[in-house]
Amino acid sequence: MLIDTKMAARVAKLARIRVDAADLPALAQEFTNILGFIEQLNEVNVEGIEPMTSVTPQRLFRREDVVNDGNQQVAVLSNAPDAREGFFAVPMVVE
Amino acid sequence: MSDLMKLTLSGARDALRAGQTTAVELTEASLAAVAASKPLNAFVHDTSEIARAQAVAADIRIQAGGAPDMCGLPIGMKDLFCTKGVTTQAASAILKGFIPEYESTVSKKLFDAGAVMVGKLNMDEFAMGSSNETSTYGNAVNPWKVDDRELAPGGSSGGSAAAVAAETCLAATGTDTGGSIRQPAAFTGITGIKPTYGRCSRWGIVAFASSLDQAGPITKDVRDSAIMLEAMCGFDPKDSTSTNMSVPNFEAALTGDVRGKTIGIPKEYRVDGMPDTLEHLWSEGTAMLRDAGAIVKDISLPHTKYALPAYYVIAPAEASSNLARYDGVRFGHRAKLAAGDGITEMYEKTRAEGFGAEVQRRVMVGTYVLSAGFYDAYYNRARRVRALIKKDFDDVFSAGVDAILTPSTPSAAFGLGEMVDADPVQMYLFDVFTVTVNLAGLPAISVPAGLDSKGLPLGLQLIGRPWEEGDLLNTAFALEKALKFNSKPNQWWL
Repeated sequence: MLIDTKMAARVAKLARIRVDAADLPALAQEFTNILGFIEQLNEVNVEGIEPMTSVTPQRLFRREDVVNDGNQQVAVLSNAPDAREGFFAVPMVVE
Repeated sequence: MSDLMKLTLSGARDALRAGQTTAVELTEASLAAVAASKPLNAFVHDTSEIARAQAVAADIRIQAGGAPDMCGLPIGMKDLFCTKGVTTQAASAILKGFIPEYESTVSKKLFDAGAVMVGKLNMDEFAMGSSNETSTYGNAVNPWKVDDRELAPGGSSGGSAAAVAAETCLAATGTDTGGSIRQPAAFTGITGIKPTYGRCSRWGIVAFASSLDQAGPITKDVRDSAIMLEAMCGFDPKDSTSTNMSVPNFEAALTGDVRGKTIGIPKEYRVDGMPDTLEHLWSEGTAMLRDAGAIVKDISLPHTKYALPAYYVIAPAEASSNLARYDGVRFGHRAKLAAGDGITEMYEKTRAEGFGAEVQRRVMVGTYVLSAGFYDAYYNRARRVRALIKKDFDDVFSAGVDAILTPSTPSAAFGLGEMVDADPVQMYLFDVFTVTVNLAGLPAISVPAGLDSKGLPLGLQLIGRPWEEGDLLNTAFALEKALKFNSKPNQWWL
């Protein structure tokens, strides 16, 4: 198996998705199948080929570095699960 | 006028100009059809109040003269487009209750052109799926039915395709990351086009894989695709990958004359297990274009086989990065926390509760292929293969090919639930003919070609040169005229 339960748990942790220990073997099996499918890419000779960064031959559009929006506190916070006194509220991160 | 919902966009536009109907009448007919289509579960958010106000405004503009083509025409909006003041969830529980404070550029362009939004449409969660079965709203249902089974409308724009095929609205917006416009259009016997990457602004469209995502229309015919695509396209400084090019009049390109055009037939798209009817339709489509005066040429796109595995590295990698924003802080769902839970528990519980199984799977696969030690072996290799896939197309275009004709999907629609126990890779195979186009950033259109042995629609795909949507639409128009597909589903849901 390409991916064991330990690796599956590590990936879940990196992705910040809680996965119950009981579900890890099935997840590891799915990853193994998907990555097995992806392994076909090893058959391709990519010698001297640059990884594609943009599908269209253009540089990213640039604009003047100027403030063009702002003062939107109410709109920005309107969808927050927990907003207090003009801030996003989260569990305590600093003692 | 009776049977208003049988009209195409162009037919309705012309009827409005001739004073044979009004935007209000069209909108009421559409809203009634939407209400009667509940068994299809295509519409997930009611916007009838907005629609009625837009229709009144549209009638005033039409009467004043000079209104744009889309003015007064009722359309559906995929739930992936942020619509100001209207719930937008990308069919995910993690965005439950999200009401955007802004309007996506594409929906704004359509509204500025006078289009009427009759509802938000079902889709696969975050556009990840080929059957509309990953939606938090439950699956949409294909209007086509030939036996006891309910069929998948395809995905991810399954609600859009079901709504248009069922004639509940005249057209709908879709988005296409690996085939999400073309595959559902093929499964439901209608037309859908994905334009060149950079044609439509991605601003305000919930992101899945940013280097692949493009918006486009799902319509009843090619002329309608030309009309609606033109209204959706255009440069937008708010999307750094939007291209600053003028948008031609696509409808004016529809002459039906394909004499002297070179059509490529790629041998790599002839796959094992392809149904005979599909092979037959493909050959028939080829012969029709030849009869219309096109030059048909066998071509090779040697890296086709590697498009799906490359896609299933690149799309999840970009998704894992884009979906990092769903953390329970700024918008959407936040999990209930236990005493002593810190911020990490908040992220992990929120994302486990909010994301469905397929989205979790792709975010984790993406995380893996981008993680230290695997980045080169997976992500960089996939991006190199992507460059080769694009080169395959560049080579045939520079050898004089104007468009490439292929099937849209390897089979007709499958039954809902039939793929539930299958390996996820089996579901990915439905995108085999469509993902190459996204990887190469090209425009492509699916047109309905005929019915399979069971009586279900099959589509043919035409792939065009970059920025040549007008020429592509014209070739599709010629093909559509020759194919004469005019089957419609029985309205079993009424």
